[in-house]
Amino acid sequence: MSDMASDDVILDVEKLKIDIPVSAGILHPVRGISFSVSRGETLAIVGESGCGKSLTSLSLMGLLPKTARRTADRLNFLGEDIRDFSERQMSSLRGVNMSMIFQEPMTSLNPAYTIGNQLEEVYRRHVSRNRAEARDRAVFLLEKVGITSARNRLKQYPHQLSGGLRQRVMIAMALMCGPDLIIADEPTTALDVTIQAQILHLLAELQDEFRMGMILITHDLGIVARVADKVQVMYAGSTVEEGPSEVVFGRPLHPYTRGLLRCIPIPGKTERGAKLGSVPGIVPNLVGDLSGCMFRNRCAFARAECAGLSEARALGDGHVYSCVMEPDEAAAADWEDVA
Amino acid sequence: MLAYTLKRTVVAFLILVVVSALTFSLSHLSADPALTIGGEQASDEDIEAIRKLYGFDRPVYEQYFSWLGRALAGDFGESYHYKQPVVEMISERIGRTMLLGTLAILFALIVSIPLGTLAAMRPNSLLDRFALLIAVFGQALPTFWFALMMIIVLGVWWRWLPISGHDQWLNYVMPTIALGYYATPALMRLTRAGMIEVLGSDYIRTARAKGLPPFVVLFKHALRNAIIPVVALAAVWFGFMLGGSIVIETIFNLKGIGWLSYDALLRSDLPVVQAIVLIFASFYVVLTLAADLLNAYLDPRISVR
Amino acid sequence: MTDTTTSSPLGLRTQQTAEEILEPSPFSKLRKRIFKNYSFLFGAVVLIFIIAMALLAPVFEALGWIHDPYDQELARRLQNPFWHEKKVDEAHLLGTDKVGRDYLSRLIYGSQISLLIGFSTMLISGFIGTVLGVTAGYFGGRVDMVVNFIINTRLAMPVFLVAMAAVVAFGASLTVVILVLGLFLWDRFAVVMRSITQQARDLDYVKAARALGCSTPHIIVREIFPNVLSSLTVVATVEMANAILLEAALSFLGFGVQAPTPSWGLMLNEGREYMFFSAWMLALPGACLFMLVLAINMFGDGLRDVTLERER
Repeated sequence: MSDMASDDVILDVEKLKIDIPVSAGILHPVRGISFSVSRGETLAIVGESGCGKSLTSLSLMGLLPKTARRTADRLNFLGEDIRDFSERQMSSLRGVNMSMIFQEPMTSLNPAYTIGNQLEEVYRRHVSRNRAEARDRAVFLLEKVGITSARNRLKQYPHQLSGGLRQRVMIAMALMCGPDLIIADEPTTALDVTIQAQILHLLAELQDEFRMGMILITHDLGIVARVADKVQVMYAGSTVEEGPSEVVFGRPLHPYTRGLLRCIPIPGKTERGAKLGSVPGIVPNLVGDLSGCMFRNRCAFARAECAGLSEARALGDGHVYSCVMEPDEAAAADWEDVA
Repeated sequence: MLAYTLKRTVVAFLILVVVSALTFSLSHLSADPALTIGGEQASDEDIEAIRKLYGFDRPVYEQYFSWLGRALAGDFGESYHYKQPVVEMISERIGRTMLLGTLAILFALIVSIPLGTLAAMRPNSLLDRFALLIAVFGQALPTFWFALMMIIVLGVWWRWLPISGHDQWLNYVMPTIALGYYATPALMRLTRAGMIEVLGSDYIRTARAKGLPPFVVLFKHALRNAIIPVVALAAVWFGFMLGGSIVIETIFNLKGIGWLSYDALLRSDLPVVQAIVLIFASFYVVLTLAADLLNAYLDPRISVR
Repeated sequence: MTDTTTSSPLGLRTQQTAEEILEPSPFSKLRKRIFKNYSFLFGAVVLIFIIAMALLAPVFEALGWIHDPYDQELARRLQNPFWHEKKVDEAHLLGTDKVGRDYLSRLIYGSQISLLIGFSTMLISGFIGTVLGVTAGYFGGRVDMVVNFIINTRLAMPVFLVAMAAVVAFGASLTVVILVLGLFLWDRFAVVMRSITQQARDLDYVKAARALGCSTPHIIVREIFPNVLSSLTVVATVEMANAILLEAALSFLGFGVQAPTPSWGLMLNEGREYMFFSAWMLALPGACLFMLVLAINMFGDGLRDVTLERER
């Protein structure tokens, strides 16, 4: 569970914004989100495609496209302000203090080199140039992620491995230098359902064992319920609801979160034969000046005040949500009544 | 792999046979070889005698097959004009052509790969547009005119380089540039396109996320993948350079087999021409096979090691 | 979830605005693209200029603006062009060659030769290559294998050398050069047409036509062809440029067009003797060749860019 001691806080972000100039004006894919991650804690960032969650993770690593501008009131990593870090400084953090696992294991490994080569190069770049040491570490981690005959696998090429195996290799690669923070961007989306469960389980185990912080980015609420300590629900570039996961799942308040939860069957709760819901409409255009609640054009409960929404509501136990509705009203707002 | 190579070899052999047959028929439509051998002073009876001796009165296809038979045994006959074995004449000169071709393709690669890579790193930048402009200009520039202009400027006006011969290494500078630049646009464009595609791929993103330094990402990860088709194309261009050296060798008086073929044509020296055509065709065939094998070797996904 | 998104290499997704979704008419878009493409415009303008020169040359001559390119004035041979210090003859702006022919008019008439060769060769090789390529692509199987063999054989041939040999065999003249080049430069046409035909053959509307019982030649002519016109024109410009350069090289070595025809390649040959003193005799015809080929290439590239987007 999360430790509230401040020296255990790995990442502290406040009001992160990303702006990208496009031909039609300035695009604001991320509009002031805040969160923090501590050792041993898993933060899940949830949202649909286009809500800005992947960009957020890339911006933390400093891997945004050159035209993008990142600003934040606070962006502390391991106690240090990394907002103005140069590319060289960021490069010295990547792979060793913060690592990333990407969505597409099939294409995320270089086809021209063996997996051993790709695993060892991170270690040799950041920790030690000793080949034998790097190799041993690679074998150790491959075994940890559940890959058998690890030493032989080192000589294999990515195209000789299945998707699930490749993703395990990616995980091992992310752990080569013992990072403090792991960012997993939709790590299981491209995999079979059965493999998904294994990978998630693996990630949770490793996180515990290595005492890392983890940011898990996904659009799949089922995953979140299983592994996350904290949840951040994003919509159109901002956070609509956040808090400890039992609280948010136990009593979701924002209409969007509630709408999302209707969409997935929850074992034990959803009745047999009940209709699965959907949230109608599309994500709005994020170019130019934006104000008020961005969900209002799809929300079943929208009213005039929504256009003037600016402050979020905090409920004390870490549960925060952005809606004009009072908590009790929000808790009772049921999509089925309106649909 | 073995079956594939074997099949390619058989097809290659067939191609060479067809090429040589076509050339043979073509040459025999031109000047009367008996006249060439006899020379200007020969009488009519001498010419008839020569004709019977060499078998020129036999039908063309018969002549061709006897040529082919001897060629397979390594005997390409004797030059009509110089009265020297063709094989000897060629081996004296082929080294120069090979050297020129090799230098030319190396020059092209040294220019086009860095240029293409730099252009790909910043697409649509000033450097990129400049590189593409060079490519467009390079493709339009006639090789022999470029060679002549270089001779005038570098050889005559400024006297930096020698304009004729093949004895010093300096002799090869201008011919190399004149021959090599023509491959640069195609190679540069391919490098650029390949690099742009590779630089946008997921494994490059992974490499950057691992904190690897930029030049490692560029050279170890990106270039290694993008270069595969470029190397294959370079092998094909090498073949073009060997075959296209005729004009350059003639302008610079660099007496390789390109120059020899020009000389031989002027003198209607058919055995020499025949042999050189065969050699050029063999170059092409061997190099395209080499290109395919290179492709398979460099890309682990293609062949089973 | 319907959203109109596009993605860039890092997976960044942006959205099109409503204005971008509602498109303006295809013609104004085409016009816009043409005028924004500077290389296409440059190529087109220069090409039109050169073609105009070539077509109007006889008119200029009749008007007395330029000399007869074959007219030899041995008394006035090797005059210098107007920028030279000594021995400049005002009647001959660009000087005269070794037998006293006016250089400027030979340059202008030279464009006729180059363009004639370019177009005729392109037509001949285009025809041969298209027939071979479409046949191979459509019928596949054995036919394809045979055509492939033919293409490979042609590619293995040292074109320049064999062209020279052909000229020696049949005599050096404009007709022979055009025929020989036409019979050699069809390979790119064949390869491109073959691959396009293969792709087009599998498209749905061709399958529909076959299902309706349309005969084979009917399908080839009516259905596949329009689909293919744009790629064809691009290859045509490339081969045209190729043919022009090859003729120039052949004439330069003496295996092409013969004197007194004003071919730029031949002018380079003639100028070579005087290269030490009269560099302009080499610079000018070559520059003309360069400009013509450059214009053709830029026009062709631009044509591809302009027509390619239209098909999206």
